[in-house]
Amino acid sequence: MKKLDKNAKTAFLNYGLVAVFFVAVEIMMATGVMTNSFKGQLIPIISYVIMALALNLVVGISGELSLGHAGFMSVGAFTGVIVASSLQDSIGASPLRLLIAILAGALTAAIAGIVIGIPVLRLGGDYLAIVTLAFGEIIKNVMNCMYVGVDSKGLHMSLMDANSLGMEPTGRMILNGPMGATGIKKISGFIAGIILLLIVLVIIQNLVGSRTGRAIKAIRDNRIAAEASGLNVTKYRLIAFVTSAAIAGSAGVLYALNYSTVAPKKFDFNTSILVLVFVVLGGIGNMTGAMIAAAVLTVLPEMLRQFQDYRMLVYAIVLIVVMIATNNEKVKALFAKKEKGEAKANG
Amino acid sequence: MADKKTPVLETKHLGIDFGGLTAVDEFNIEVEHGEIKGLIGPNGAGKTTIFNLLTKVYKPSRGMILLDGTDTQGMTPEKVNRAGIARTFQNIRLFDKLTVEENVKIGLHNHINYSSIEGVLRLPRYWSEEKKAHEKALELLDIFEMSDMAGDVAGSLPYGAQRRLEIVRALATEPKLLLLDEPAAGMNPSETEELMNNIRKIRDEFGIAIMLIEHDMKLVMGICENIVVVNFGKIIAKGTPAEIQSNDDVIEAYLGKRKG
Amino acid sequence: MLGNLINGISLGSIYAIIALGYTMVYGIAKMLNFAHGDVIMVGAYIAFYSISYFGMPALPALLLSIAVCTMLGIIIEKLAYKPLRNATSLAVLITAIGVSYFLQNAALLLWTSNTKVFPNIFANIGAIKIGSVQIAPVTLVTVFANIVIMLVLTLFTSKTKMGKAMRAVSEDKGAATLMGINVDRTISLTFAIGSGLAAIAGVLLCTAYPTLMPTTGAMPGIKAFTAAVFGGIGSIPGAMLGGILLGVIEIFAKAYISTQLSDAIVFAVLIIVLIVKPSGLLGRKINEKV
Repeated sequence: MKKLDKNAKTAFLNYGLVAVFFVAVEIMMATGVMTNSFKGQLIPIISYVIMALALNLVVGISGELSLGHAGFMSVGAFTGVIVASSLQDSIGASPLRLLIAILAGALTAAIAGIVIGIPVLRLGGDYLAIVTLAFGEIIKNVMNCMYVGVDSKGLHMSLMDANSLGMEPTGRMILNGPMGATGIKKISGFIAGIILLLIVLVIIQNLVGSRTGRAIKAIRDNRIAAEASGLNVTKYRLIAFVTSAAIAGSAGVLYALNYSTVAPKKFDFNTSILVLVFVVLGGIGNMTGAMIAAAVLTVLPEMLRQFQDYRMLVYAIVLIVVMIATNNEKVKALFAKKEKGEAKANG
Repeated sequence: MADKKTPVLETKHLGIDFGGLTAVDEFNIEVEHGEIKGLIGPNGAGKTTIFNLLTKVYKPSRGMILLDGTDTQGMTPEKVNRAGIARTFQNIRLFDKLTVEENVKIGLHNHINYSSIEGVLRLPRYWSEEKKAHEKALELLDIFEMSDMAGDVAGSLPYGAQRRLEIVRALATEPKLLLLDEPAAGMNPSETEELMNNIRKIRDEFGIAIMLIEHDMKLVMGICENIVVVNFGKIIAKGTPAEIQSNDDVIEAYLGKRKG
Repeated sequence: MLGNLINGISLGSIYAIIALGYTMVYGIAKMLNFAHGDVIMVGAYIAFYSISYFGMPALPALLLSIAVCTMLGIIIEKLAYKPLRNATSLAVLITAIGVSYFLQNAALLLWTSNTKVFPNIFANIGAIKIGSVQIAPVTLVTVFANIVIMLVLTLFTSKTKMGKAMRAVSEDKGAATLMGINVDRTISLTFAIGSGLAAIAGVLLCTAYPTLMPTTGAMPGIKAFTAAVFGGIGSIPGAMLGGILLGVIEIFAKAYISTQLSDAIVFAVLIIVLIVKPSGLLGRKINEKV
């Protein structure tokens, strides 16, 4: 029972953290201390926090590595843009349009997750990492030559160029190949972002705290024992992966609908690695840590522009050092000794 | 089908080869409902391989495994467990980062009835089923007087407790046949004594059959009604403890081993 | 048609040489060395600077590049992977990503993102004509190098003591230790060989496709891994077969379907292979110890 309370405590800590962030931002806005650059970063912060939560479900809870989460974000983002743009004239209320766009983005990302998850997750091992990486590249390539437009007859799609869409002269381009989505109506908002973040937290935390989450963690800890206990390994890995993909898709929609233009190259391998850095730095499996790391590392680079060139190099070193520090027996023993010594000194 | 006359487990000509090398061959046994059977033999005789065949961790090269009269051919380890065989492992396999209680709840997993959606939305069924599972887990842990450890992380338990937890987890899947791979390994004589009593208690209370691999002859001879001896992947003797103790082939297999 | 086929085999031979590095390391250390593709890039830069800035002839430049990459491979293994010998595969994988990312970004700082044009080391040798098809000298050299490397490696692993030690370690690390094999040194040697091959692949790759930048190795690296999986990871002939098939598929996809989508098609092949035959064309299924 003690452990259960601890899980619930962490969950409420996370909801509280979001609430504190929300209140702090509202106060800053009301008192006018909010800088424009920080204001512009609010939606990206929330999007990346959601991405970090999504990836942590795969890396921390399921114990698998995905290197293509930016791909799911991309699928969600462009689906969301297409849906929001095509509903522009028929649905006036932008919150409703945003809601439909987010659901559509999450759904397509989930479908993409199922398509690559089913063949790969039954293999396990390192295959998921390489296939998701390949998936991210496929999505980037496809989006780079994807042209979508809308006119009175409906949606037009092509993988060749804008002319081959055969649109009416009054038609409107939605996706423009490598230039991506242009002329997006910004309908994402801070409050909508906070609501989405809270919903995502509820889904992930409740899933992890349920029988399903327990099974996912058991498979992570010992696959063979999990099978011998009657668990369907592929099914539970797939649930974690697809849920994560859908959430990443929704983050993509929130992100894209905050800008007037979004290019496919925004969601490349670097973005996938960036989200992985959030998860690793926050402590793999630790949702609170992932959220804080995502928020801080999204804000920090803006403030430390002069170190821009070294940022990626530092991220790389962070990945290596954190992994060795948390997994090498000698290093772990060193830390344990130090902690014990400190405890003694304090006691 | 499941009348008491059908053995809970029957194998016919069971065997497996690894890259041309025959590891197990012509393995024919019957385990009756409620029986405690011992599987013994020198190191490397193929005992654990037999467990791996029975639970489909390895796919048999030939032969048949009938569980309560049903052929288990084509079943995955997961399906075999659902069909009624649970096991423990020689090299303990717990869910190290989960708590003791959660480990048992994984055993109960297929008897906890609510969907992922109900879990995410925390619908009433989630609460009632989790409460039931919590109570059931503690009840099972009480067999080994482990309910006070329920909140501890499994990986941090002492060795003996880890072995006992594995048995509880296997038991939680409600098997008809429980396979124990060296349950007394690493235990001191008094712990072994207690384990023997508990194995008997499990059989009596749950009415299940138990097959165990063990090197501790006192334990094997003390609780097994029947014993199968294997050497080089083949059965060399079957019988009651008394028969086995006076069997020349068995003595030779063990003495030969001791000399080497 | 024939021209495309030859181009495909040429590109595929480069993939095959890279794939050998993946497959050997995977076979022995049971890890996916993500940084392998970036070692290729480092090898290409070393050769580029040796030739274009220091005026070295091609062959010494290649040897220098091999030496540097071999050292780099050994250092990476010692510093980043060896401390994680007993860690989960997730931890090793994330570290490997870190190393890959480190090499790319270190190269970016060191050599900037400006594209370098790799010198044509076969400039004074004309193309060879067979009928109506022209074959570039780099194509012939690449295919020839691939065959030689394959043969030498096969002989090395089956005949020499060190090669046999490598096979023993890949079968069973514990048993190999008991037999008196120095596992650490064997793994180190594997990284050395794989990285040396990466240098050769880097020079060949940039001779055939002369644009060089810090991300040059990433894509061929991933594709070569795809090739290794395609052929059956852990298998030397599998790496060669998978590499050549993948090269041919890529060139044909470029020629007949779409240039922009050719990478997507190549990766789709990976996903299909994993569905149909996850152990690859020449791979074997490995039973996990229980």
